[in-house]
Amino acid sequence: MAEKNGRREAGARQMTGAEMVVQALIDNGVTDIFGYPGGAVLPIYDEIFQQETVRHILVRHEQGAGHMAEGYARSTGRCGVMLVTSGPGATNAVTPLQDALMDSIPLVCIAGQVPTSVIGSDAFQECDTVGVTRPCTKHNWLVRHVDELSEVMHEAFRIATTGRPGPVLVDIPKDIQFATGTYIPPSAARRRTSYQPATRSRADTVREAIELLRNAKKPVIYSGGGVINSGLEASHLLREFVQITDFPITSTLMGLGAYPASGERWLGMLGMHGTYEANMAMHDCDVMLCVGARFDDRITGRLDAFSPHSRKIHVDIDPSSINKIVHVDVPIIGDCGHVLEDMVRLWRAGSADKSRLKPWLEQIDSWKARNCLAYTPNDDVIMPQYAIQRLYELTKDRKTFITTEVGQHQMWAAQFYGFEEPNRWMTSGGLGTMGYGLPAAVGVAAAHPDALVVDIAGDASVQMTMQEISTAIQYDLPVKIFILNNHYMGMVRQWQQLLHGNRLSHSYSEALPDFVKMAEAFGATGIHCAKPDDLDDAITQMIETPGPVIFDCEVANLANCFPMIPSGKAHNEMLLPDEASDDAVSKAIDREGAQLV
Amino acid sequence: MNVKLQPPASAYFITKETESAERRTLSVLVDNEPGVLARVIGLFSGRGYNIESLTVSETEHEKHLSRITIVTSGPPHVLEQIRHQLERIVPVHRVVDLNLTALSKGHDKPIERELALVKVAGTGEKRVEALRLCEAFRGTVIDANTEHFIFEITGRVSKIEQFIAIMAPLGLIEVCRTGVVALSRGAEGMLE
Repeated sequence: MAEKNGRREAGARQMTGAEMVVQALIDNGVTDIFGYPGGAVLPIYDEIFQQETVRHILVRHEQGAGHMAEGYARSTGRCGVMLVTSGPGATNAVTPLQDALMDSIPLVCIAGQVPTSVIGSDAFQECDTVGVTRPCTKHNWLVRHVDELSEVMHEAFRIATTGRPGPVLVDIPKDIQFATGTYIPPSAARRRTSYQPATRSRADTVREAIELLRNAKKPVIYSGGGVINSGLEASHLLREFVQITDFPITSTLMGLGAYPASGERWLGMLGMHGTYEANMAMHDCDVMLCVGARFDDRITGRLDAFSPHSRKIHVDIDPSSINKIVHVDVPIIGDCGHVLEDMVRLWRAGSADKSRLKPWLEQIDSWKARNCLAYTPNDDVIMPQYAIQRLYELTKDRKTFITTEVGQHQMWAAQFYGFEEPNRWMTSGGLGTMGYGLPAAVGVAAAHPDALVVDIAGDASVQMTMQEISTAIQYDLPVKIFILNNHYMGMVRQWQQLLHGNRLSHSYSEALPDFVKMAEAFGATGIHCAKPDDLDDAITQMIETPGPVIFDCEVANLANCFPMIPSGKAHNEMLLPDEASDDAVSKAIDREGAQLV
Repeated sequence: MNVKLQPPASAYFITKETESAERRTLSVLVDNEPGVLARVIGLFSGRGYNIESLTVSETEHEKHLSRITIVTSGPPHVLEQIRHQLERIVPVHRVVDLNLTALSKGHDKPIERELALVKVAGTGEKRVEALRLCEAFRGTVIDANTEHFIFEITGRVSKIEQFIAIMAPLGLIEVCRTGVVALSRGAEGMLE
């Protein structure tokens, strides 16, 4: 071992392709990878067996490996790594690759490939992996010679983690893994000149933005996952900027936690299931500062009625995000952290009269008074919103990480769980991948062994990647799977109720497993709870039980997720929960808004 | 729930395209490596952009750089997206909209040329007429026997189109075209 470690310190030297892969992982600071062996990656697995620097976590399905790597990446700010074999191993990786592409998660996927000599012959477990994954990666490579392998590996990490982060894939034929060649360390690797991501923005555009903001009477900050991706410092700067400007702030699903939910200027999440106050503020603002978000269709609502009276500033590291969906007045291309740093500095250098914001902040308070997240409590059945609220209260004082699957439970989690820190919230936003949350939680737990990791799940989603509980058992990763069980694909049903005449086509979970027995079969602990009065004790039991827990929380079957911007509608045309619409509508709601709720 | 807010049956917000399409010629400088053309073409098909013509060849052998010329069309905001999306591709060095460059220099459009090989078969009067027209279009005969000609003709797209149309009644058998190659006028290269 000592000899092996010694050998791994120096510069360029001879080794096999398989050794190069492991050496490149070590040299790029990787400590954990998620993978599944198979014929075309056996030489790499043989090298993994003979070292102790990189921990390999064996998954049950390659999709699980990808989501674990995503959860690992999102919760640490580092690059996630997955290792799969050729053919089905690579095709199973497609979903997490696309998921990472849409949510800008740094992810390196190493795939085995059939030997170079048989590529193109429809060999056993052959697949055109670079062809299949080309549209779902930021870049990918088929390594054709062992001497280019180490440089490709280093470039893969560089491209995955710099600029707008994203997934990359390195396809390595088996003969290349066996072949001996020259390993080049990262410091000596050539860098291709065509890839030069922007970091620093142009000073004049930032100055122009600050001038706009200084004169704004109804400003709003709309932040996104880019702030989280930029690193902790960006979140700190965002908080500082809000503090010195007094601007109200909302965030996308991906950006939750960058600004604390307990913060004074917090409006809650915006968009289709965002809060009334956030969406109304977006609609009525006069200057919008979009930081690290991309005007996704779940955010904007009807485009021709999107924030019609505002001047828009857009900070994004990816030039293609500018003017893609919404025309902006001041585009700023650069890393959110750097831009926010400049903005804080420029703001401090000038002065602004905070009293000018008073009418706007009062207006926002009156929208908040609308209490858009209200729901009718129930003593007999657990309301899903109540379950999230109790989960939040009982976990908020711990170091807690939350992952989700996709659907109603995901939106309730976003609405009712208060995120105070960045990197504590892992969810599939862009792709909307059911089955993301459980493996993502396993990945988070692998990175944070002392933390409480809860996957807020739905009864349908959780069955998509349930097998990864077995991975959690094997590596003693104490993930808590908190299933809001309503016996439906709730969000599908909600849309069928809204749009398809209440014809609930195939959205009822007719043959659910007994989740408690299932947990026990895996060697985990199962908890069942169906009564509101029992909920706190049951959640406490879940937290205190060592090891993985599956919590079957039976909730009100037909609860729906509101508020909601129905499709084809604008931000000020939200559908609020029935009970809220009966309330004495706050006097401050403008005529237009009142008509539309 | 307010029934009046019953939305159209879609989960997406579909807006009508209001701007009219323009035709543009893009010059794309790329590393000549396996898969680079697939990346470019995949971008166009995957995002629903148009390709009217595409040519590619290595133009700087020592640096392994290829130049791809793409003729595309779309409304201005889509054209801007196409340019930015192309620039995101890792082996892409530079994307230049040659029409915009031409306009900024006070020209109408960039220099564009296409080459076509046109096979025409026939005898008698039609054959003589075909040859005469080839000369009028400054084409050259590159293959012939007593029954056919292959003409090589170079020029702007409109000229090629016109020539092919004229050949149609004169025994046109088949045509092969290179697609548009283009450079901007003036002394500067695309990297300046």
